[in-house]
Amino acid sequence: MLRLDKLVKTYKTGDQALKAVELEVPEGQVLALIGPSGAGKSTLIRCINRLVEPTSGKVYLGDVELTDLSSGALRRERRRMGMIFQEYALVERLTVMENVLSGRLGYVGFWRSFLRRFPQTDVDEAFRLLDRVGLAHMADKRADELSGGQRQRVGICRALIQNPALLLVDEPTASLDPKTSRQIMRLICELCKERGLAAIINIHDVALAQMFVQRVIGLRFGAIEFDGPPEGLTSDVLTTIYGEEDWEATIETVDEDEDDVLEAAV
Amino acid sequence: MSELHTLIGKKWKKPPFIQRTWLRWTLLLGFVAYLVAAFMTIDVNWSRVYEGLERGKQFVLAFTNPDFTSRSGDIWEGMIESIIMTVASSVVGIAISIPIALGAARNVAPLPVYLICRAIIAVSRALQEIIVAILLVAIFGFGPLAGFLTLSFATIGFLSKLLAEDIESMDKVQAEAIKASGAKWTQWINYGVQPQVMPRLIGLSLYRVDINFRESAILGLVGAGGIGATLNTAFDRYEYDTAAAILLIIIVIVMTLEYLSGIIRARVQ
Repeated sequence: MLRLDKLVKTYKTGDQALKAVELEVPEGQVLALIGPSGAGKSTLIRCINRLVEPTSGKVYLGDVELTDLSSGALRRERRRMGMIFQEYALVERLTVMENVLSGRLGYVGFWRSFLRRFPQTDVDEAFRLLDRVGLAHMADKRADELSGGQRQRVGICRALIQNPALLLVDEPTASLDPKTSRQIMRLICELCKERGLAAIINIHDVALAQMFVQRVIGLRFGAIEFDGPPEGLTSDVLTTIYGEEDWEATIETVDEDEDDVLEAAV
Repeated sequence: MSELHTLIGKKWKKPPFIQRTWLRWTLLLGFVAYLVAAFMTIDVNWSRVYEGLERGKQFVLAFTNPDFTSRSGDIWEGMIESIIMTVASSVVGIAISIPIALGAARNVAPLPVYLICRAIIAVSRALQEIIVAILLVAIFGFGPLAGFLTLSFATIGFLSKLLAEDIESMDKVQAEAIKASGAKWTQWINYGVQPQVMPRLIGLSLYRVDINFRESAILGLVGAGGIGATLNTAFDRYEYDTAAAILLIIIVIVMTLEYLSGIIRARVQ
């Protein structure tokens, strides 16, 4: 479904963020991208929808090759890739509804969007999505009135209303508390399953990644060091990705049920 | 450990801005010497100042007894003209400023557009209002048309520059998120950029209305219409009481504008 072929990104400063990355993601697979800060995780997902222009290599989304597209064709392809951001990246002075509907900008003309007269089907879908994440009553609140977890839910709605085939998720839980982090990760993974979406999730928290995904990619200095199921993340593997550290506590699998009991108690 | 030992008990001082001691002191002493020399060149004719004090006193005392009535027709006419000039030039100037500001923001516009828009701003800012007004009065003749054009021109330099700077310092990620959804450039501006800079645009616009009104009082001095012409005539005739009345009206209007803009700005945050 998504295929990266020798993807290279060298920044103007000479830093090589990605070194000939090869990656194939099948339909409906949710994978986590882990690695230390500066490993190129963010660059990798931004090269896919070309928020960052790759230096060389190819990106195939289905049959379409993305790196050669004209700006108009790129816009059309971006509609198939929903993106969820670190720190939410909601437009703070717009309402929740406007933020969600901004996911439809690729489908509607300028005047419609300028006058905020979106097709009724889009508005209905926005309400459905907001209801799904439990925020339907917040539609007319301004985005900056929401809490972190709520904002990220709106961010998820904005990505999903694009009706994408692929989700690009950049550190969705950074700056969220541990409980909210789990809820957000669970929500993303559930929604991907419901809709059969593939997703690439950049994430710092290794334990959290192990809890929710089917496949983990370890990135170090712009190259893939590990590709396998979450159980394959042994302390040796983590040492290759991150460097020497005591990993036993990190990879200890958390019992989900126990976690829920704890949540209920709180 | 031994290194720490040498540091303990030592006085700590912020490192000086200029590292070299001799350079630091040369610059400082040079500046003081220049300042003293500069003050010594100011030539004050004290007897002239003494004579002038009387006229100054009359002018100040006129404020205790302003004359709104004897020239009320002229004042009214000038004031209406000034207000029309202010509103018209602000609307036109702001409307032209917005596209130029977008063009002058490096993170929104491509390089050629950026350079052209920055050049327009530089020209508009380099030419002082009075100079532009003198030129335009020469072209279009005496009257408010020249004043209106001058203020519109000045508004472009002011507003475009400050708005462009606000656009350049906006939160990149919010705009990026809109771009990632497949939005067109115009939609990207409308959803990703405009909400971020709107409070600043409104604040600057209101401030510029205020400036345009004050400038319209000055431009009359060079024949570009407005209340300034009436004020100038009053001074020429030594009618300080009428001049005081005009100045008081200007002050009240400016303060009202300031008050209103404060309320509006607080509401659009």
